[in-house]
Amino acid sequence: MAPSQEEVFEKVRTALVDALGVDEEEVTPEATMVGDLGAESIDFLDIVFRLEKAFGIEIPRAELFPEDILTNAEYVHDGKVTEAGIGELKKRMAFADLSKFEADPVVQNFGNLLTVSDLCRYVESKVGAAG
Amino acid sequence: MRWFWIDRFLEFESGRRAVAVKAVSLAEEQIDAYMPGYPVMPGSLIVEGLAQTGGLLVGEHNGFRERVVLAKLGKAVFHRHAVPGDVLRYTAEVEDIRPDGAIVKGTSHLGELLQAEIELVFAHLDDRFTGVEQFYPADFLAMLRCFGLYDVGRGADGGPLRVPAHLREAELAADGRPPLRPRPADEAPPA
Repeated sequence: MAPSQEEVFEKVRTALVDALGVDEEEVTPEATMVGDLGAESIDFLDIVFRLEKAFGIEIPRAELFPEDILTNAEYVHDGKVTEAGIGELKKRMAFADLSKFEADPVVQNFGNLLTVSDLCRYVESKVGAAG
Repeated sequence: MRWFWIDRFLEFESGRRAVAVKAVSLAEEQIDAYMPGYPVMPGSLIVEGLAQTGGLLVGEHNGFRERVVLAKLGKAVFHRHAVPGDVLRYTAEVEDIRPDGAIVKGTSHLGELLQAEIELVFAHLDDRFTGVEQFYPADFLAMLRCFGLYDVGRGADGGPLRVPAHLREAELAADGRPPLRPRPADEAPPA
């Protein structure tokens, strides 16, 4: 049976506590991975591994980190993601709330976009979580 | 001091697991100043020994073409001290290898007793580090031979582990002459 949203959050929280050495209370749905929880690029390798193990899923890197889009000259002009690029990001990352990024789509800011609830929604889309 | 924190491989299964030993001796420098009067092997160097065991395991998976660095320790728990006269047995097991790095589970044993448990995260250096070389290939191969890697190593197919052609080539170039007898583990350098 698919896990509930609560179960998904619990497991995501455990993975983040173990991988980042943060306290459980710090892992709120609104917390951003990089800014609030202090995740660095190498931590994502660790987090992805823990999530794969916890949920028995496979996480291709490009699904969570669309570096190919953000470095594609077709989608980036003057350090900002173009409208077409935003479209591609939305297609790829339907689980993430891109509205804030859309208002000021500076590529550099993308890294701090992902929140804990984005991550949970991503996992839910993978395991078909029940509401 | 030479930065070798394992003495020899006992087992090596390509892409899966490696077992190495480290003999702790009172003659070693690191014992002197760590806890004067109470000679123990520093835990940080046990981590390094497991990182060398696991790092070579991860590096071998790609024919030692990726530059592998220890990026993070997920956890490090020490259950007992290792003292002069002890032989530590390090076991590294690959949990996951990906294009950007690897997760390895490490344990250290004294005989049957669990001495330490360590989770290691390795990163493959990416294009930003192009031109940064970690080792001279010929020296690196000499070190692998010292560790007995090609004496005990098994490839993914279960057969003897082969020396990658690019390392063998560097070794030949450094020697300026081929070895007296070709060693069975040597792959022929490309024509």
